[in-house]
Amino acid sequence: MHLTDRETWTVIHGMVFGAIFLLAFGGGLAGLYSLRPGLVTEQGIVERTRRLILGTWVMAGVAWATVITGTWIVYPWYRDAAVTSAKSRLLANPDTARWHTFGMEWKEHVAWIAPMLATAVAFGVTYYGRNLIKHQGLRKALMVMFVVAFAAAGVAGIFGAFINKVAPIK
Amino acid sequence: MSDVNVEASHPAATAGGADATEPDKPFGPVAAAFIAAGVGVFVLGLLTTLAEASKGFADSLNFRDPVGPLSGKTILAVAAWLVAWVVLHVALRRREVSPRAVYLVTALLVALGLLLTFPTFFDQFAPE
Repeated sequence: MHLTDRETWTVIHGMVFGAIFLLAFGGGLAGLYSLRPGLVTEQGIVERTRRLILGTWVMAGVAWATVITGTWIVYPWYRDAAVTSAKSRLLANPDTARWHTFGMEWKEHVAWIAPMLATAVAFGVTYYGRNLIKHQGLRKALMVMFVVAFAAAGVAGIFGAFINKVAPIK
Repeated sequence: MSDVNVEASHPAATAGGADATEPDKPFGPVAAAFIAAGVGVFVLGLLTTLAEASKGFADSLNFRDPVGPLSGKTILAVAAWLVAWVVLHVALRRREVSPRAVYLVTALLVALGLLLTFPTFFDQFAPE
């Protein structure tokens, strides 16, 4: 059960950082959704806000970790000029070329949208804190931004998983 | 999207939970965070499409060879995001701005950024 250094970093990027972000999204969205006066008690607001602040900042941090490890550690191995690199192998076969020309080209850019939006969400939640419940319009806007961040990360994650299946980084 | 404080009278939104005694904070800092995120996304998209349109421009974004032009795109996009956030925060931190206008501007910038980073779109600008 041996993994090379490159495989290990690919796992850290995608299956650790990336997966944490995508899986934590559900909890974060539920937390924002339920922050409505009719649904929570006074104590509930305090408890949920604390969790929401921590959760959104952890998610923003994880999103940054995902794109930084992806771009600056894994991506150079992917795009290496050698014929054995993942990119070279994909482009060498017309049946797999689109995994790079569309899949990776989309993934490598759209992923960076997630941490910028996630950080804005974390800031908005933190700034108003327990008083966020008084700003229902902002709460909805934060949810929308949160969903867009998730969608961007989701696209990157899906294509990353498939590309690594078709042309693993070794 | 209205941000009118219609729910403040609910018991759970005041005593113990939300702080009814504390004056409401200006929306400016949140507006700055939102718009700055939009700026960052838009700049990323713009650089992506421009790099596709011009190999010379793409080469100029090659800040670090193993990463290629993506290094410059991401560094400049993040820099634009941070600079915009600082500038807007300083400018708006004590001001009330229209949430609707902020959401609209942010949505527009993010939508453009998403479009400009979509391969089927930016491929249209690739040289023949």
